[in-house]
Amino acid sequence: MNILRTIRVALRALFRNKMRSLLTALGIIIGVGAVIATVSIGQGAKREVEKRFDAMGTNLLFVRPGSRSFRGRHGGGGTYVNLMPGDAKAILEKCDAVQYISPSVSTRAQVVYGNKNWNTSIYGVSDKYPDIRKWAVEDGIFFDENQVRAGQKVAVLGSEVNENLFEGADSIGQIIRIKKIPFSVIGVLEEKGESGGWFNRDDQIVIPYTTAQRRLLGIIHIQSIDISAVSMERTTEAVEQIEEVLRIQHKIAPGAEDDFNVSNMAEIAEGAAESRDVLIFLLGGIACVSLLVGGIGIMNIMLVSVTERIREIGIRMSVGAREKDILFQFLLEAIVLSVLGGVLGILLGVGASRLISIIAGWQTLVSNFSVVVAFFFSGIVGIVFGFFPAFKASKLDPIDALRYE
Amino acid sequence: MESNNNLIRLEDLKKIYKVGETQVNALSGVSYNIKEGDLVAIMGPSGSGKSTLMNIIGCLDRPTEGKYFLEGEEVSTLDKNKLARIRNKKIGFVFQTFNLLARTTALENTELPLLYSSTSKKEMMEMAYESLAIVGLKGRELHKTNQLSGGEQQRVAIARSLVNNPSLLLADEPTGNLDSKTGKEIMEIFKKLNSEKKITIILVTHDSEVAQITHRRIYLKDGQIIKEEQN
Repeated sequence: MNILRTIRVALRALFRNKMRSLLTALGIIIGVGAVIATVSIGQGAKREVEKRFDAMGTNLLFVRPGSRSFRGRHGGGGTYVNLMPGDAKAILEKCDAVQYISPSVSTRAQVVYGNKNWNTSIYGVSDKYPDIRKWAVEDGIFFDENQVRAGQKVAVLGSEVNENLFEGADSIGQIIRIKKIPFSVIGVLEEKGESGGWFNRDDQIVIPYTTAQRRLLGIIHIQSIDISAVSMERTTEAVEQIEEVLRIQHKIAPGAEDDFNVSNMAEIAEGAAESRDVLIFLLGGIACVSLLVGGIGIMNIMLVSVTERIREIGIRMSVGAREKDILFQFLLEAIVLSVLGGVLGILLGVGASRLISIIAGWQTLVSNFSVVVAFFFSGIVGIVFGFFPAFKASKLDPIDALRYE
Repeated sequence: MESNNNLIRLEDLKKIYKVGETQVNALSGVSYNIKEGDLVAIMGPSGSGKSTLMNIIGCLDRPTEGKYFLEGEEVSTLDKNKLARIRNKKIGFVFQTFNLLARTTALENTELPLLYSSTSKKEMMEMAYESLAIVGLKGRELHKTNQLSGGEQQRVAIARSLVNNPSLLLADEPTGNLDSKTGKEIMEIFKKLNSEKKITIILVTHDSEVAQITHRRIYLKDGQIIKEEQN
């Protein structure tokens, strides 16, 4: 009996009992659907993070005061006063792998325009901030080197602040008050959208760091340095150079710990990607367990099916079916069932991940690889879990089988 | 000397079952010959061994001792696969409980033996249609099992048994589940098949009325042939 005919016989047998076939395949359908959906959610999240990191630039470095072991929370290193503008200048002069620097300070302040009031983050940065952060001005201009040196009271608004204070009117040239000090608006940053859902990057105002130090904070130190390396490849080199220069600047004895730390965006990005990969594998693994359970379900139902069809097996044997004909038939039924279940599961998984991305707003990415793997996996499940029942069926004695009630 | 129209030759067949510790002698030395074109009834009370004998003649089982020659070939020592081949090509079965596949059409049921021999789909359909016409079911080929009466189902079973042009037809209490009128119709079919198509038919029954159409009756008791009667 050739393969095609056996497949047709198997299909006919499955369709004869549609309900039972569907219930049997349900485990596989759900298992495969779960694998596809969870992996796609994980892949989508990973892709989102990758895009964000790409947008920020992987040649991005940060220098913060305080050694690694004492590092404060994000944006908080405020209790340390050992980072100076001179450090930033030294880094720029002496590290040839460094392209741009931007000393930074930050604070929150009340901003007023006319009768509009808004509490927002104020970032004091250098004129190179747009280049380092890959963040262009949409309207007007960014401040330049001279304005930074002079500590001019100029401000570039984030798009959210611009919207809240000016409501669509042209803000360029207008005077706003930050902590009651008048600043002239010279530009508006392009809209970036939310970053990771917890803070809104467009809700900020950027001013020269010198102005922020003198006028808003009354300090002479800086809180961090944003640095861009010449290229992605030279980022590690840049880190080494920066550390060397700063150890000299801060007069740190050889062997003593750094009183600063340099974070490498590329490392952070990779680390995040790795942990996301682990997450994806974990999710996929759990879903695979459910696929396994589905396979066991198939085996159980096929065993029941064999028992229910003992008479039928006897009839087939009496008209000349050999052991291997029966084995093939039932094995193929199991395989067809699990492969069909796999296909339905793939459709279910793709549909579910589409639905999730619409409803929850999470990005999902169905990878072709996971579809192919799920397909083959369901076929293998059919072979492995279908074999034992098929074998039992083929070993039945025709006389006993015919007599079975 | 081999008589060339002996379809079946049984030589001292014995069948012994072990049931736990005890030994059951289902057949204790049966010897008999059946010629081509014979119409024979095997009769006897239950436990006489007639089902066992039928199973051996039908190649569903092998004797513990003794020899069975079918069309001159010794089949008593063949392996399971070869026996299956013989059942497919040379033997047709009709059972008391019809034994059709449920939720399947008369046509598909009739085609069943052809699935296990190399026959093209087209040929399968042609042969099945022919077979169903012979048993008087022309026009009912696409009805499913549950849409057929008992008599019609048995006709389908007979059509199935004939579809591969077997040399031998074995029927085990073929009218046991039918009313007497339908039963008579079925027996007419057997008579016709034997007289017109010269198919060798063996009927296993305890019903005298069934045995009436046969040429000869063999009586079994305690695993042996005790009597032979011509009709």
